[in-house]
Amino acid sequence: MSASAQTSVASVRRFSGRSKRVLPGFGLSLGISLFFVSLVLLLPLTGLVVETSGMTWDQFVFTITDPRVIESYKVTAWTALAASLFNGVFGLLLAWVLVRYEFPGKRLIDAVVDLPFALPTAVAGITLATLFAQNGWYGQWLDKLGIEVAFTPIGIVVAMAFTSIPFVVRTVQPVLEELSPADEEAAVSMGASDGRVFRKVIFPSLWPALVTGVALSFTRSLGEFGAIIFIAGNTPYVSEVTSLMIFIRLQEYDYAAASAIASMVLLVSLILLFAINLWQSRYLRRLEGR
Amino acid sequence: MSITIQNINKNFGKFQALNDVSLDIPEGKLTALLGPSGSGKTTLLRIIAGLESSDAGKILFSGEDVSDLHVRDRNIGFVFQHYALFRHLTVAQNIAFGLESLPRKERPSKQEIAQRVEKLLEMIQLPQLADRYPSQLSGGQKQRVALARALATQPRILLLDEPFGALDAKVRKDLRRWLRALHDEYHFTSIFVTHDQEEALELSDQVVVMSQGKVEQVNSPAQLYARPDSRFVFDFLGHVNVLSGVVKSQKLVQGDAWVSLPGTKGDQEAQLYLRPHEVQLSRDPSTHARLPLRIQSISLIGSEVRLELTPEGWESQELWETGMSHAEFAQQNPTRGELWYAVPNVGHLFEADSHQPRSVDWDFQNAANASSM
Repeated sequence: MSASAQTSVASVRRFSGRSKRVLPGFGLSLGISLFFVSLVLLLPLTGLVVETSGMTWDQFVFTITDPRVIESYKVTAWTALAASLFNGVFGLLLAWVLVRYEFPGKRLIDAVVDLPFALPTAVAGITLATLFAQNGWYGQWLDKLGIEVAFTPIGIVVAMAFTSIPFVVRTVQPVLEELSPADEEAAVSMGASDGRVFRKVIFPSLWPALVTGVALSFTRSLGEFGAIIFIAGNTPYVSEVTSLMIFIRLQEYDYAAASAIASMVLLVSLILLFAINLWQSRYLRRLEGR
Repeated sequence: MSITIQNINKNFGKFQALNDVSLDIPEGKLTALLGPSGSGKTTLLRIIAGLESSDAGKILFSGEDVSDLHVRDRNIGFVFQHYALFRHLTVAQNIAFGLESLPRKERPSKQEIAQRVEKLLEMIQLPQLADRYPSQLSGGQKQRVALARALATQPRILLLDEPFGALDAKVRKDLRRWLRALHDEYHFTSIFVTHDQEEALELSDQVVVMSQGKVEQVNSPAQLYARPDSRFVFDFLGHVNVLSGVVKSQKLVQGDAWVSLPGTKGDQEAQLYLRPHEVQLSRDPSTHARLPLRIQSISLIGSEVRLELTPEGWESQELWETGMSHAEFAQQNPTRGELWYAVPNVGHLFEADSHQPRSVDWDFQNAANASSM
């Protein structure tokens, strides 16, 4: 009996953790965090579900399978995929250059990478639209090549890529910085070619971060609105993204339909983020031997 | 494969890492590059490997100039202090890496690679760990795997950069012995870098002592310990007791301490270096030396009793140290705080005008005096 009493005392103490922790305030800080998360994240999400639950199942299905909405899913999905894959390549290159080389203006470029986060997305959209319009700085040259960017789905890709590039750079950069030069030297001393060193030594260490960056970039692009509507042209069935469909429903005062479509975007994003986290924790567990 | 290093210079900005280093590394021997941090030993090793380029000078492997050869073409094995194992590959895949990196024409078949890996795993006595990841290994196991990986392509030269530096004392000792045994079996030409003098003396056939980008002395461990030819090597290799003073009428004097030095010229500054085992303790001064010392601490652990002593009536930068057998200790029973006298048998005298020391042997002189009387 005394033994069980002792263990229960020990377990209580471990649970409350008061005697062991160096800094106090676990309860308070966790409480505030949870309260804040509820307030800014969970409550609006609940509102979304509540709003949607006013519909019958048939209404819900009808709303989210409207042909124009379906078409917007397709456009959003492929443009977001194209944009995030482009960012995967270009972001990796940018991170590589910023970490591996010393050159004048390096710190400036490093700072500029965050610009898409700092810039209001609408401003980015208007600027991109102006640049890529047929008489714009880039547009006039692309026009001669027969490429139309502004007011087409390609414009959507450009806007998405622009607003989400920092995700890739900022997730890959710290991992690249922490790579030990000894690993590469070891590989080269064993006779590996530069290409093989990159493929077999550097890339395997990088790619969990790269996948995370691309996935974040993808989910961000799924929901992007401000930058896109100014450059997309918003032609129904051609260049309408899902977030625009939500906006249109809202303007029609059809809150239920708007939240129904929004819930689809939310669901896809959540599933994606969850899957990435799961996969990554498995991969990292192997590397770190936990 | 012997290695010849000719007039190597290397600067990092304004810092001169290597200053005109020339050296011969004999074939099939285990050579230690020993020195304090910043002495340029790791830089020299990396230049030999081709991981770093020299500003001037040549590296020759068996007489063939490899200075402009890329690391990957030098056919060397390199072992890093922190193992540098690929953490996303298993132990077996790590070891196979070098073989799989060979150009298609020279690359062995998959089965052959598997067999080679198996043999190497047996050599490092870890065949059961083939499918583990590096993160699941202990430090000692990691370093063995790194060694097997470096040896997989049968390099002509094995280079090790502080291979045991990151391991704890016990594992370090085991691994050291194991590496020596491995070397005795396979006889590859190897160079390893260390700042641990005990490691260098125990493990190597030849020790290169370096300091401030220069080679101080090259010799076998036994010769190096017995006959250091500079103050630096003396200080760096093991403990040394120093009496620095002025020579007056064939005596080295400082404060209350003196040592007789027959045949020395008068009125010059000089330092007498004495290894702990070259000094005995006595309750009375002897005829040829008076070195009063007070016992500061006594350490009983080990094969010998070690005593630390503070000079009494004279000065020394560091404490003096000497040992006595446990039997002697029991008989004489020295206790802390007592005043004793150090009696040197053999010593090494650095005179003001010479860089190299002169040996002094009082036992021999005493014996000669006794026979002439």
